[in-house]
Amino acid sequence: MKEEVVRQGRTESRPNKTPALRFKNERTSLMNKAMPVILFLCAAVSILTTAGIVYTLFSESFSFFKHIPIADFFTQTRWNPLMEPKAFGIWPLLSGTLMITVIACLVAIPIGLAAAIYLSEYAPSRVRQIVKPILEVLAGVPTIVYGYFALTFMTPFLQNMIPSLPIFNALSAGIVVGIMIIPMVSSLSEDAMMAVPKSLRQGAYALGATKFEVALRIVLPAAFSGVVSASVLAFSRAIGETMIVTVAAGATPKLTANPMESIQTMTAYIVQVSLGDTQHGSVEYGSIFAVGATLFVITMLLNIAAKKLAKRFREEY
Amino acid sequence: MQSLIQDDHNRVLMRRRIDFALKLLFLACTSIGVLVLVVLIVDLLMDGLQHVTPQLFENYPSRKAAQAGMKSAIVGTLYMLCIMLPISFVFGVGAAIYLEEYASKNRFTRFIQLNISTLAGVPSIVYGILGLTIFVRLMALERSLIAGALTMTLLVLPIIIVAAQEAIKAVPRSRRDASFALGADKWQTVSRAVLPSAMPGILTGVILAMSRAIGETAPLVMIGALTYIAFLPESLMSSFTVMPIQIFNWISRPQEAFHELAAAGIIVLLIMLLLMNFSAILLRNKFQKNI
Repeated sequence: MKEEVVRQGRTESRPNKTPALRFKNERTSLMNKAMPVILFLCAAVSILTTAGIVYTLFSESFSFFKHIPIADFFTQTRWNPLMEPKAFGIWPLLSGTLMITVIACLVAIPIGLAAAIYLSEYAPSRVRQIVKPILEVLAGVPTIVYGYFALTFMTPFLQNMIPSLPIFNALSAGIVVGIMIIPMVSSLSEDAMMAVPKSLRQGAYALGATKFEVALRIVLPAAFSGVVSASVLAFSRAIGETMIVTVAAGATPKLTANPMESIQTMTAYIVQVSLGDTQHGSVEYGSIFAVGATLFVITMLLNIAAKKLAKRFREEY
Repeated sequence: MQSLIQDDHNRVLMRRRIDFALKLLFLACTSIGVLVLVVLIVDLLMDGLQHVTPQLFENYPSRKAAQAGMKSAIVGTLYMLCIMLPISFVFGVGAAIYLEEYASKNRFTRFIQLNISTLAGVPSIVYGILGLTIFVRLMALERSLIAGALTMTLLVLPIIIVAAQEAIKAVPRSRRDASFALGADKWQTVSRAVLPSAMPGILTGVILAMSRAIGETAPLVMIGALTYIAFLPESLMSSFTVMPIQIFNWISRPQEAFHELAAAGIIVLLIMLLLMNFSAILLRNKFQKNI
């Protein structure tokens, strides 16, 4: 504001300016008034998007819960929305999602963490410069490509070892989702480990510790909240993953703990309904919003938790 | 005394062995990622390379695998890119300029910032639900190219905003000071001193966001792009299909021949992504030289 006053003062002190110059000054002062507003509107789009997501999910869910009691939705254990007798208990979808996510994390967290330790503690910088981008390519591969990989490579590969495995199964999809989130775990954990001050490591080396002892007893504890934050983010990413599970995990919602079976996740259900010709306004159509809202709330809470954790590890130094 | 020293020596040896064994284990885990990438590419090339023929680019989708191509999908992806690029560029860069150059550091700005990083973590299928409700139904755009492009714009905006903010932050303070010292006003400084210097970084972010967008499938399935499209979109309101959707359609069929077509489609898609990423890297290198 102060700048503008000064500038106006300057233009007033030169009354004999040409009309062209005056026009130019008027135009630039217009730009200076208009641009902040225009740019603010651009930034406001992000708030509108969030408002849109929250409004859509919850208003449509609300009308869905007029037909299906909300208590049934969260307590019943049968999900059968497309055929009679209909049932809308979300647990089969939740358990399917959870199974995929747990398998994915069992794959991604140990491997990603080991890769992060190798890259931050052992690898010469030249190796790191080559390996890191390659791992990041894994994160940039479209999920539909992983879906293809799960169906045409991972499932036959697993069937060689477990002949009774059906074509659509949670195991294969879960492993491939895990592969997809490895780079997320490894790269975020590595960042956290690199942020551990060198002096801590050097202190341990001076006492005669080996690299592994330094990694396990010094670096890992110091970077712990960062590592947990990376894992939580990866977990949340696995929950929201859609195409791999749609292609490879099947479409049979079922409350089971057996990863060799075909299941259905929340995301895959939403895709299934939108592929069919469900009438707008029907109960099935409403169910995708209720499922979507559940998905949104879960991933949101996990992301907030991850952010809180990440902040804590930054504050330590 | 002698045995004590011997014990100590053995313990050190043991610890070194453990260290070496675990180093190998960690290295093995690191190479799993690289190995999977190699397997994935070899698998795709073996399944699909023989189908990457002119026919794949010239023919429309067909019920017969031998005649099927993905012309409408490739053109659909390109159109989508052309619509999405200017809209998301303007809004994304605009928001970034506002947050970095104009916004005062108050609660509201922090709220916008938090909101943007939250949006980046929302599952893509949720954007599909949003697009279906707002663009397809509420704004009555139907299952059209523009509805799809707007949905994808919302999806990539947070990525572009964050990347553009980083690029603008990296512009040295001295450039702004020099511009003000020459008598430039705020907007002149932003548009002529800050933006040109930040542009390579911004473009890198935009290209990466676009490559994320052309690989996305789930939101467009929600919008309803999954149909037989045996024509090219003629206007913004035309129905459309894109490459990942066509690939998804082929994967969903039980016949082996369609799976091979899907592999061929994936090869084309990956080459496109590779080119985009490569140009982003070139830009980034240029960027690093400039500063």
